[in-house]
Amino acid sequence: MQLSKKKIAGLLSAATCSLLGGQSQAAGEWEVDTSILYYSEADDRIQAIEPVIAARKDLGDDEILSWKLVVDSLTGSSASGAVPSTSPQTFTRPSGNGSYVVEANQTPLDPSFKDTRVAYSMNWDKPLDRDRRRNLGFNLSREYDFTSLAVNGLWSLDSNQKNTTWSFGSNLEYDVIDPVGGAPEPLTPMDDQRKQSGSEDRTIVDLLFGVTQVIDRSSLFQVNLSLSLADGYLTDPYKLVSVVDNVSGEPIDQLFENRPDSRLRSALFAKYRKMLPGKDIFTASYRYMTDDWGVDSNTVDLTYRFRLGERYYLQPHLRYYQQSAADFYRYFLVDGDLLPAEASADYRLGEMDATTVGVKFGHDIDGRHQWSVRLEQYVQSGESSPSEAFGQLAQQDLYPDVEATIVQFNYSFVF
Amino acid sequence: MIARTRWLLIAALLLTAGCSSLGVKPWERDLLARDDMLMNADALDLAYDEHIYFSKEASSGGQGFAGGGCGCN
Repeated sequence: MQLSKKKIAGLLSAATCSLLGGQSQAAGEWEVDTSILYYSEADDRIQAIEPVIAARKDLGDDEILSWKLVVDSLTGSSASGAVPSTSPQTFTRPSGNGSYVVEANQTPLDPSFKDTRVAYSMNWDKPLDRDRRRNLGFNLSREYDFTSLAVNGLWSLDSNQKNTTWSFGSNLEYDVIDPVGGAPEPLTPMDDQRKQSGSEDRTIVDLLFGVTQVIDRSSLFQVNLSLSLADGYLTDPYKLVSVVDNVSGEPIDQLFENRPDSRLRSALFAKYRKMLPGKDIFTASYRYMTDDWGVDSNTVDLTYRFRLGERYYLQPHLRYYQQSAADFYRYFLVDGDLLPAEASADYRLGEMDATTVGVKFGHDIDGRHQWSVRLEQYVQSGESSPSEAFGQLAQQDLYPDVEATIVQFNYSFVF
Repeated sequence: MIARTRWLLIAALLLTAGCSSLGVKPWERDLLARDDMLMNADALDLAYDEHIYFSKEASSGGQGFAGGGCGCN
């Protein structure tokens, strides 16, 4: 029997999966990905262990159900935002009960940090017809002072003989924040412990528009444009801003920080993937993000997968990130100056850059069982001696590097 | 901010407009159909990275939804 060219094309087309759709697998089987990640920051800062189990099943006719469970256990110390001093400093714990002392000339770290997060998500991806798919999902995340619930939908349309995939999606999220000891009144002294009981909340609406384009037999290109509007409580209830003496630069007070109650972000994301002779794979991505807090960022991410025979690969990874500071970011506030409406000394809102260097090794055991291990090093640096530092502050490190080691082990199987 | 968003939109449209003549025939998809050529290959790695960088930097999203994530320190 001879198949017509059209029939062969149809069969091959059906055998391949859509660009944004899931991975190829036999109907009725569960494809399970398990993973554990160990994240460790230097200088006794954050340590985290994060196991994940994710499973997906083809229900038939390319209708795919998937779910994922994440447990995230964190301990360690987090920079509070306060500046170092030439004398030991005493800070009240967020609960209001007890205190901790930071030695002279040391960056104040809040050691109260201990948290376990559990997150569950589920997605249902279904073809609507030959060219259209719909993916519906929800996400629930819970930690002792934070609850997040989100629902999302992503619609995609194939055109140009499935060489172009257009997607449009939206995510609606509702977060409830229950700060330990209550939400502090903005920019009031930590010593006063002026806090409001009850919880705070925020809503986030995300919109995403994307195009994925097949360039040729071995390469793909993707462009996404996204918008995100957050509205509500966006302040970190545990972060402080120091008020320093206008001559000596010594901290004389610690205020709870305050951020705007809305944030509009937009981002352009582009990704290119190419298979080279020998089945090596090169991937490059770039993201530009800008928001109405004054943060602009650029991210470049590169990986190269060296194929080592049919079943092994080695994949170096390089990521570079750079951001400008939020308009209301302050290293410190000066006594006697007018108090701004918003201020945060959270290092994550400061001007900085970060580099990740990593390598991953993977082994496909028999086509149904795979394992891989990934090792990465992350270093984040900002301006340690900003020009506005004076007095004793000029001698201090006002933006210490964050250095983290990441080790991850993955194991996947089908049953 | 609004002006920048408009430029992002124009840039995205220009990039995609140039792609309409690209592509392959259905029987030329042998390499593209491989799991490791999917744009969302290594999904767990991407999700971990998204969570780590969300917790340490002021940006998130782009490839997927930005979200509000967690009360991360």
